[in-house]
Amino acid sequence: MDITGRKLIVKALMEEGVETVFAYPGGMVTDILDELYKTDTIDLVLPRHEQGLIHEAEGYAKSTGGIGVCIVTSGPGATNIITGLADAHYDSIPLVCITGQVPLGLIGNDAFQEVDIVGMTRSITKYGVTVRDRKELGRTLKMAFHIAKTGRPGPVLIDIPKDIQTSSGPSEYPKSVSIRGYKPNENVHIGQLKKGYKLLKSAKRPLFLIGGGIPIAHAEALMLDLMERTQVPVVTTIMGKGSVPTDHRLYIGNSGMHGKYAANIAVSQCDVLFSIGTRFNDRITGDLNEFAPRAKIVHVDVDTASISRNVVVDVPIVADAKLAIEKLLEWAEPQNTDKWLAQICEWDKENPLEMRRDRGMTPQMIMEQINECFDSGIILTDVGQHQMWATQYIELNQNKKFITSGGLGTMGFGFPAAIGAKIANPDKQVICISGDGGMQMNIQEMATSIVQHAPVIVCVLNNYYLGMVRQMQQLWYGKRYEATCLRRQKQCPRDCKGPGEKCPPYTPDFVKLAESYGAKGIRVFKEEEIAPAFEAAKQHNVTTIIEFMIATEDLVLPMVKGGNPMSEMILSK
Amino acid sequence: MRNRWIALYVENQVGVLAKVSGLFSGKSYNLQSLTVGTTEHEDISRMTICVTSDDVTFEQIKKQLNRMVEVIKVIDLTNVPIHMKEILFAKVKNCTTADKVVAFQIAQAFDVDVVDYGEDSVLLECKLTERKNNELIELLRTSFKNIEVVRGGAVAIESISTSCAGRTEYKKK
Ligand SMILES: Cc1ncc(C[n+]2csc(CCOP(=O)(O)OP(=O)(O)O)c2C)c(N)n1
Ligand SMILES: [Mg+2]
Repeated sequence: MDITGRKLIVKALMEEGVETVFAYPGGMVTDILDELYKTDTIDLVLPRHEQGLIHEAEGYAKSTGGIGVCIVTSGPGATNIITGLADAHYDSIPLVCITGQVPLGLIGNDAFQEVDIVGMTRSITKYGVTVRDRKELGRTLKMAFHIAKTGRPGPVLIDIPKDIQTSSGPSEYPKSVSIRGYKPNENVHIGQLKKGYKLLKSAKRPLFLIGGGIPIAHAEALMLDLMERTQVPVVTTIMGKGSVPTDHRLYIGNSGMHGKYAANIAVSQCDVLFSIGTRFNDRITGDLNEFAPRAKIVHVDVDTASISRNVVVDVPIVADAKLAIEKLLEWAEPQNTDKWLAQICEWDKENPLEMRRDRGMTPQMIMEQINECFDSGIILTDVGQHQMWATQYIELNQNKKFITSGGLGTMGFGFPAAIGAKIANPDKQVICISGDGGMQMNIQEMATSIVQHAPVIVCVLNNYYLGMVRQMQQLWYGKRYEATCLRRQKQCPRDCKGPGEKCPPYTPDFVKLAESYGAKGIRVFKEEEIAPAFEAAKQHNVTTIIEFMIATEDLVLPMVKGGNPMSEMILSK
Repeated sequence: MRNRWIALYVENQVGVLAKVSGLFSGKSYNLQSLTVGTTEHEDISRMTICVTSDDVTFEQIKKQLNRMVEVIKVIDLTNVPIHMKEILFAKVKNCTTADKVVAFQIAQAFDVDVVDYGEDSVLLECKLTERKNNELIELLRTSFKNIEVVRGGAVAIESISTSCAGRTEYKKK
């Protein structure tokens, strides 16, 4: 018996086991929403902005390992999710986004709220298509779920014209699909892997470089095993942080632009760099000619196109991280790395991550208290200085997960993603670390967190600035703080070079703002107030903004200037 | 940096050409020519693509193409014996009688057909290699004041009689 397209869409969601959809209404999706109204197995989250919606879906997906499902209307609804699609594409987050579209007959007419969303998002989705035939709807939806989660995961966009939603057609939702142009790698080239392992074994100064591929493949436990069995130390990228417990003797720290001194020096001094699940992005490599100059490089990645793109590697291995590590564990033997580890320890002692304690409450103190006050949970960040401090100081283990926007660096990601993570994990403590700038980019989602009963603890590190950019101005642009001061008003002098007595007050008042949403707000000025604020927030059953009034001109250090070799770190002011 | 050739099998669907060409512009790959047409299977199209690149970029291009869901097969024709032709029409305009004579001589030398003829113009139809067509255009440009050229981009297919040992196929497993 034939059914309507809208019925088939909801049937597909149910057969895929979707429990939550993130949806915002509009003329071209009312039919789908009407169908969802009739189900009681799918929860619908109504955000306050489609950008919030898609970041919520990302947080949901990333914290569960499942797929985030979005439904938005045509035109502005669709264009509002573009940033999130790009973010998910970069950070390999599986999403299925359904956009409504004007009826087939109107496409091309510049109809009301018609945009070519598939065309606009072609380079930032893993796959995108407009359904042009009701008979193809079932297969296309199945393809979307299949493509989003297999291989290197990513966002898929399915654009469904209104008349496809309402017209009748086959009721079947296929159990599986075979796509002739899409065959993700499902096995490991044993010969190559053996070659890579041999190289690792022969090394005197071996090093693992671990990226976001490990958490995506759920290979954290295996990686820990591999590290311990081989006794080879580990450095991570930002996306890989937490793949192994950060307090482990063999874990050095993050490498890259704001990485730890010892980690970056280890990369530049190692003789074999065995990397798994990273793209060798420019934030990790710095000057390509100087990257790991003494090392033979082994590179395991599920995405062929990520291998030998930025860095030419000696042993390329196309494989899922989990499968590769499982295989490596069959061979792994302890290596004598004592001398090498001692050397790394030396470097760490020379220049540990450290912040001055003589200048009031520092970001480091806040991170330390987060480590102290929470022994489990999900920690998310926004983008900026606070994010870098979090990647430097937050301790992670099996019980504490870390989610951040790495590839695209999307301000406004953190808070909605935290709401999505909380919706998916109601029993876990969810903590969002944000800047005062980024928090204002999706502040409207305060309402979503309240109505969804999804309380998160939001730490707003208020430095009165778009700090990350101000840091560049401070270091390289003679403190000409153009467009980075969030207190600046019309009457301020043109040539302002930093904060002073006469600065206007900050707006908004985050505490009052929280209260106006029915949330709680706490303002913290001093170190002694940090832990009590966290304890109080834990007791609240609603979202709590803790606004930390930190120093206005602190720097994230160490820092490597973009394009410079990673061994050339700026270590102090 | 040199010219390289790819034969690309893709789904014959709306938007696929835009996606493939968008890859070249989005990633700043240097696309020389791209032609597309359906194959013996009506749901599959075949593209012939010529790019100028170094080795590393070319590897990346093949991988990026291969990664697209709509791409069925990528065949590298760079080091393979192939048959390759490009269609080109060249109209020589404002001819004097002497010009016409030269035009006919050129046609004969390049072994191309004169397919149309008027009071003061001559139309040449050329099915040559891309390079030969380049040379012909250059010659016409220096010989005449007013020419009009339209070219179709090259299509290529592997040879039958010569060994195809050098051929690499990026088949999806
Ligand atoms: C959407 C977006 N716009 C601009 C930027 C560039 N950018 C990166 S960090 C940053 C400043 C962030 O300021 P804030 O949220 O206050 O965090 P802080 O660096 O002060 O900790 C800016 C503007 C970005 N990453 N994302
Ligand atoms: Mg700030």
